[in-house]
Amino acid sequence: MEQAHHGAEAGPKQRAVEIGTALLTLGFGLIVLYGSVAVGAGWDGGPQAGFFPFYVALILCGCSLLNLVSGLREAREPVFAEYGQLRQVLKVLIPACIYVALVPSFGIYFPSVLLILVFMIWLGHYKWPLAIAVALGVPAFFYITLERWFLIPLPKGPIEAMLGL
Amino acid sequence: MDMILDNFNHLYHGFGIASDPFNILLMAIGILLGVIIGVLPGLGGANGVAILLPLTFSMSPTSAIILLSCIYWGALFGGAITSVLFNIPGEPWSVATTFDGHPMARSGRAGEALTAAFTSSFVGAFFAIVMITLIAPLVAQFALQFGPAEKFAVYFLAFASFVGMSKEPPAKTIVSMMIGFALACVGLDMVTGQLRLTFGFTELLNGFDFLIAVIGLFGIGEILLTMEEGLEFRGKAAKIDPKVVWKTWKTLPKFWVTSLRSCVIGCWMGITPAGATPASFMSYGIAKRMSKNGKNFGNGEIEGVVAPETAAHAAGTAAMLPMLALGVPGSPTAAVLLGGLLIWGLQPGPMLFVEQAEFVWGLIASMYLGNIVGLILVLTTVPLFAAILRIPFSIIAPVILVICAIGAYTVNNNVFDVLMMMVFGVLGYLLKKTNYPLAPLVLAIVLGPSAEEAFRQALLYSGGAVSVFWSNGLVSSIMGLGVIAGIWPLIALLFAKLRGTSAQPA
Repeated sequence: MEQAHHGAEAGPKQRAVEIGTALLTLGFGLIVLYGSVAVGAGWDGGPQAGFFPFYVALILCGCSLLNLVSGLREAREPVFAEYGQLRQVLKVLIPACIYVALVPSFGIYFPSVLLILVFMIWLGHYKWPLAIAVALGVPAFFYITLERWFLIPLPKGPIEAMLGL
Repeated sequence: MDMILDNFNHLYHGFGIASDPFNILLMAIGILLGVIIGVLPGLGGANGVAILLPLTFSMSPTSAIILLSCIYWGALFGGAITSVLFNIPGEPWSVATTFDGHPMARSGRAGEALTAAFTSSFVGAFFAIVMITLIAPLVAQFALQFGPAEKFAVYFLAFASFVGMSKEPPAKTIVSMMIGFALACVGLDMVTGQLRLTFGFTELLNGFDFLIAVIGLFGIGEILLTMEEGLEFRGKAAKIDPKVVWKTWKTLPKFWVTSLRSCVIGCWMGITPAGATPASFMSYGIAKRMSKNGKNFGNGEIEGVVAPETAAHAAGTAAMLPMLALGVPGSPTAAVLLGGLLIWGLQPGPMLFVEQAEFVWGLIASMYLGNIVGLILVLTTVPLFAAILRIPFSIIAPVILVICAIGAYTVNNNVFDVLMMMVFGVLGYLLKKTNYPLAPLVLAIVLGPSAEEAFRQALLYSGGAVSVFWSNGLVSSIMGLGVIAGIWPLIALLFAKLRGTSAQPA
């Protein structure tokens, strides 16, 4: 869809990503198809548990194939995103994934402090005092509003236990 | 006639509930939160409401829906601020507002553009609320006679019009929808008590929560998209003083034709789940063709702000009608609100008007008051929100990530959901970049269980014969409308061919 402007940086092709996405949805459809048949997709005095998802998956697979064909017919030139843009995206995505992976074992507060610090120092080039103030201030704000006012407990880890929160 | 009088009586009681000081306070909080949500990238109406939904579990349903629906109105208002001042649409439906709103701001008429945008939003919303007041009870009463087959037919119509109205390729819209339906099936099957599609993962026992999907798809996905642009805010400052407001208000009445047309387009597009975004584009396009100053559209024509804003707000508000009366939300945000109703133990649909009259009319009355409160608040607080936008993205982005994570966790107090949110976020980025619409996916997750239930009950009743969906006049006409809506692009193409012209949509 998007036309790469002249002299633009290289990047993965839109066509390849379209095909990849179509294959992904096709694969998902096949998994659902398999799962529906496994619990029974027929009629047993009434529709069985897999009846509805079975037909959903059939339509899903059919339309994925259509998308696959139209993806194959797409022009080869347009770029999905320039490598520079993807690098930008990864700069957010990777810290975010690490953040999410830390939450189950460390709770939400400590990883949040880290995440904000990393963003402000590494991407935003801020000075440490401001970064630390924001990084501690935001979780503190949520602690007070959610846990104290709304009495909604958030996940905590060993560090909060040490502080006796 | 009796019924209309009855409704006014109900509405009067509703105003009594909505004008309770606590509820007015909630309205103001909701609108302000909503504007912030609408202004910030990565937070929008749908996921903003999804994140805040768990906070309302301890409130009464009426107060809860007032707070959440006001967040929705606020988000609708907020989208206009970023469009006009920064040329960055905060919400998809305010893209069309940038066409003339930002040129106006660049030529120093930001205050005028914002006043026009807010006032038009208010007019659009007000028109839609009056329509809801008059029509929703009738629709609900009519829908009381719906059996499972008719219910399924309504769902079919809703989803088919997505396929027909969407500007994305139909196959992609259907794929997106079916992914939603499939995800909604995961977990315990309520009818047979069997586990399905869990493949032995205990984390999947409870299925996929649509709130997690909304927070991931719209929140995380949007942040990733924003990062790609390498965001740099270069905004115009804005101050609205009463003189500018007054001056702009004096010019607005002469656009009443555009305004009325946009209201009608918006209401129509909002009731069918095509939503606010196409409504705003369509309204802008038609205004451009019909207006005397059509050629000057795009260079800062005030009418070019009035048209899309009126339609977007009318559509966003009208989306509440099918949600309340039929249980079929007209927009992703309305879908999240519908999910909220289910969580609070209310069954959306025609019975709501009978069993929960207080709730329904309290909500409708709060729409009137909320939009008035909203208009006053946004006109007076614009500089504040413009200042929020100047906070650099390297601070905003991690804070929004943290908010999304907290929101995802609080839905079920489950850390696994936070991981799922991330998966949905990456999926959202990928789908958005490859032109798969996200709204049908969300609506399908929300409506999947009800649609499946209606489908199975109808088939059970007919002994498995699919002909049950064509068995009487009512169900056949709804299904017929659905088929027409689904293949509408083909029909339009055929008409164009017959006329021998290649009419280009604006």
